[in-house]
Amino acid sequence: MAGVTTALPVRAVTRPARRATTESALVRWTLIAIVVAFFGIFLFLPLVVVFQEAFSKGVAAYFNAFQNKATQHAIWLTLLVSAITVPLNTLFGMAAAWAITRFNFRGKSLLTSLIDLPLWVSPVIGGLIYVLLYGRQGWLGPWLAEHDIRIIFAVPGIVLATTFVTFPFVARTLVPLMQAQGQAEEEAAATLGANGFQIFIRITLPKIKWGLLYGVILCNARAMGEFGAVSVVSGHIRNRTNTMPLNVEILYNEYEFAPAFAVASLLALLALLTLFLKTFAEWQAARQLNTTTTTQ
Amino acid sequence: MGITWIWLGVIVLVPFAGLLLKTASGGWGHFWQSVTDPRVVASYKISFGISFLAALVNGVFGVITAWVLARYQFPGRRLLDAMTDLPFALPTAVAGIALTALYSPNEWIGQFFTPFGIKISFTQLGIFIALTFIGLPFVVRTVQPVILDLSADVEEAAACLGANRWQTFWRVILPGLFPSILTGVTLAYGRAVGEYGSVVFIAGNLPFKTEITPLLIITKLEQYDYTGAAALGFVMLLASFVIVLVSNGLQSWDARRRGVA
Repeated sequence: MAGVTTALPVRAVTRPARRATTESALVRWTLIAIVVAFFGIFLFLPLVVVFQEAFSKGVAAYFNAFQNKATQHAIWLTLLVSAITVPLNTLFGMAAAWAITRFNFRGKSLLTSLIDLPLWVSPVIGGLIYVLLYGRQGWLGPWLAEHDIRIIFAVPGIVLATTFVTFPFVARTLVPLMQAQGQAEEEAAATLGANGFQIFIRITLPKIKWGLLYGVILCNARAMGEFGAVSVVSGHIRNRTNTMPLNVEILYNEYEFAPAFAVASLLALLALLTLFLKTFAEWQAARQLNTTTTTQ
Repeated sequence: MGITWIWLGVIVLVPFAGLLLKTASGGWGHFWQSVTDPRVVASYKISFGISFLAALVNGVFGVITAWVLARYQFPGRRLLDAMTDLPFALPTAVAGIALTALYSPNEWIGQFFTPFGIKISFTQLGIFIALTFIGLPFVVRTVQPVILDLSADVEEAAACLGANRWQTFWRVILPGLFPSILTGVTLAYGRAVGEYGSVVFIAGNLPFKTEITPLLIITKLEQYDYTGAAALGFVMLLASFVIVLVSNGLQSWDARRRGVA
């Protein structure tokens, strides 16, 4: 499913449209106006409203919202969860992309489909499967209870659910990039006597760094913002298992609108930063791909 | 490679096996009862029906957007291009409360509809808006590269043969884009069916009216009806599976047609 949003678009340079094959100015500007209006209503207004509502009680109230202990804990927990899941999934993504692009093995297409799975499955199901496995009535529930290990309604469950939802991103970005780059340089390095690790650090990693960054950014955005899957496994215990998105929900449902939107505004800023970095990484990756493929 | 399989096993395979076993453990009778309960059936209609409408609207606006972004030069084009992925980057809970606020009766957009007796937040219309929002990037990002890839010669040939611009678009360009449009719409549909975060705020969650299937799964879990939740999860999984099959089929059909495969 993410072919769309996670695969790195490697675009051709837009060429100037020619006369006979473009639309009249009227049609052109009407279409542009439709898109601008559609974007204005659907994308810009929701962003504007987040910040407007966040500051509706004044700047002091906005910053006060972050004095709240539960909110601070939620921010901390969100940072913690993404600090655990993003490195793990980056490692996994690189291993998976390496395996998929460098080796031929049975079950390769199965592996690729499995990697995509979290993108087309409802996040609620992403949470559900862990509750069924580790929950009190789940398969491992009794054993876990005996040993006093809590996974569901505790931090490990949140980490698991977040990992599930975010693991495709790095792999999905790297596979097409590594396929496009080929492995001529790696083979050259191998004939010159470099070992696998040296090849990876000195040759592959510099080649894929922008693509990797792109994947990591998307992975992180999703890890920090995930709601559905985390909401199922978290149990919404304040100061214990509330992440930022869940905290937004709780505040909102308690009619604490200004604080809810204040926390939401932080997440919105994160989204904007993500878009900015993503555009930058995309641009760099395309440039890098162009130079590596032309020098080969 | 070992890492890959172990990781997949722990994160995906074992939990999904758990889901299947749990579904089976309730027995056929309980499964059938869970998935055909009138309230559940009503939620299917809402989830699958409204998602379909939202995906269609995304199809139309997505193609226009992709076209404008790929073909025209105008101030702000790069900004719009970057903003296209906003629904993907913005946490769904944030999107949910923002849209609810916008479309509530006395708020920014909602106030213009109130005089006509149209309510958006807390109705099916609200669900439709939220699902359209989250599905937008999918169509744009599938169609845009295909438009950029179109070779200019066919359009030039059509123009030389005396076709006007509209004929060229309708008869030459659109048929070429059609598979990618279908793929994009399928992806948007798949995402909309499973969407939870942005919908629960704006929907109002009234049984039989604005209750989506993912929400019912959570409700069942909260009532400790694990087998019932597993049964619904199984149905949704099956539905997603069919959607992915259709989407993959369309993609390979498209690739073959364009001669890339």
